[in-house]
Amino acid sequence: MPNEMVSSSTETNNTPSCESGQIVFERVSKTFATNIIPAVDQVSVKIPAGDLVVLLGPSGCGKTTLLKMVNRLYEPDSGEIWMCGKEIHTLPVNELRRQIGYVIQQVGLFPHMTIQKNISIVPHLLGWEEKRINDRLEMLMELIGLPASYLPRYPRQLSGGEQQRVGLARALAADPEILLMDEPFAAVDAINRERLQFELIDLHSKLKKTILFVTHDVEEAFRLAKRIIVMRAGKLVQYGTPLELVTQPANDFIKELVGSSNILRKLSLVNVNSILRAKENQSLDVSSSQQVARNSAVLRPEDDLRSVVSLLLCSGQESLPVKDSEDHLLGTVGYADLRGMLIANLPSE
Amino acid sequence: MNYLVNNFDVVAELFLQHLQLTLAVIFFSLLIGIPLGLLLARISWLRGPVMSVLGIIYTIPSLSFFVLLIPIFGLGTRPAIIALTAYAQLLLIRNWLVGLTTIEPAVLEAAQGMGLSGFQRFWQIEFPLALPMLLAGIRLVALSSIGIGTIAAYINAGGLGVLLFQGVITANFDKIFTGALAVTVLSFAANYFIRYLEQKAELRIYGKRI
Repeated sequence: MPNEMVSSSTETNNTPSCESGQIVFERVSKTFATNIIPAVDQVSVKIPAGDLVVLLGPSGCGKTTLLKMVNRLYEPDSGEIWMCGKEIHTLPVNELRRQIGYVIQQVGLFPHMTIQKNISIVPHLLGWEEKRINDRLEMLMELIGLPASYLPRYPRQLSGGEQQRVGLARALAADPEILLMDEPFAAVDAINRERLQFELIDLHSKLKKTILFVTHDVEEAFRLAKRIIVMRAGKLVQYGTPLELVTQPANDFIKELVGSSNILRKLSLVNVNSILRAKENQSLDVSSSQQVARNSAVLRPEDDLRSVVSLLLCSGQESLPVKDSEDHLLGTVGYADLRGMLIANLPSE
Repeated sequence: MNYLVNNFDVVAELFLQHLQLTLAVIFFSLLIGIPLGLLLARISWLRGPVMSVLGIIYTIPSLSFFVLLIPIFGLGTRPAIIALTAYAQLLLIRNWLVGLTTIEPAVLEAAQGMGLSGFQRFWQIEFPLALPMLLAGIRLVALSSIGIGTIAAYINAGGLGVLLFQGVITANFDKIFTGALAVTVLSFAANYFIRYLEQKAELRIYGKRI
């Protein structure tokens, strides 16, 4: 047995992981001692395994509090949180935390440790063998796109964006099923933020981790999320896909959030992937047989619908093909889809 | 300088005694100060009262403090070590506490969120990050103990103070000069040695200062 472990690949097989990364909140409430109003008020929500779910809301809405109750940095006053079929409070707290990757805005890299030591700290705690840790390090550095020559460096020698990438690698080190991210890109400059966002989308599609991502940035939320949980004053206001939030806002707060009267703004919030998924759900033919003109513009799943409109206008076509980064055709999106899915469904003012 | 040349072994022995006294004070003050400082870092409302008490202790004149302890602990090094350790707490704990409480909160939150236990957080994160400040505190303790320790010769604790007191009583300027010179050498050596350790600890955290 031990020999097998040494020779095993970077893929983990004896991590105390669970079969699924589903998180379920059941009537979770939390009131801080310094406050009368609850920070989180009776929130019940189910996070499907493998989804990237964004907690969105203004500051003080309780989104960070909800997040930190998953790795028990805060304890709920009432309610239950289930992970992989276990209520999280039945596990020893540090064992639970080692199963959950945690990324925060200020990164919090350990300044006296090299990048290598920073990343490998949880695998060491879990008693991994050196060989396995080194394989994992190599794989993670490739994943976050930093050269292996960075491993002996110290955090202070890295730029802010690079530090946040290392923070992500550190959170992923022990191959957790669940990743908690608390405004991880808020302190990064705009150009790097966008790059990191697309890297995260890419990474999520490769790794299929359950990611719970906190932000107050509407664009960021819609860009990243498969589903969005909108919170306000400790309460869950709406839980749905970006497309659902835009087309069926639950109340005025959501309408204002997505820009009720501004169609272009709404288009900018929804991406091509949402449309493809919605077409799938309505069992429409995703890869419609429409002839794709040669040399025509190509859409990417992460493109927002506003750029789709401009590409459609420029190309003069009725629809355009969607291809992934490896040039596989994923389907087509055109005026008909936009009209059908989005604009027709917009609530009348 | 004649005194030093003719009585080198006497001076050397007193020098070693003084060093021993200082090392003992550092040892015992760390034994008390490290856990006490850690406690104050965790329980912030304790800081005010405890630091005031340490501050009051620090203001007791050294000679009277030594003499006060004689009825309980007798003459010799014991009362000297106890008094010097009591003085040292203010210097040590103040620095140690600053070291512990100025660690970036995000670093501690990350450590906690990753599942490091309380002891692992202390040993792997807090201790190395607060070490430069702790060493600065140890340096102050060493220097103040070397200085005040000369007076401890008055209660039979030995050390280089013996030369000073004897020199004053017998009006032997050479003896006084030798004692003063030896104390100075010891202070400088202690200062440079501990400062060197401090810089090594700082270098690991901050890198080369430009």
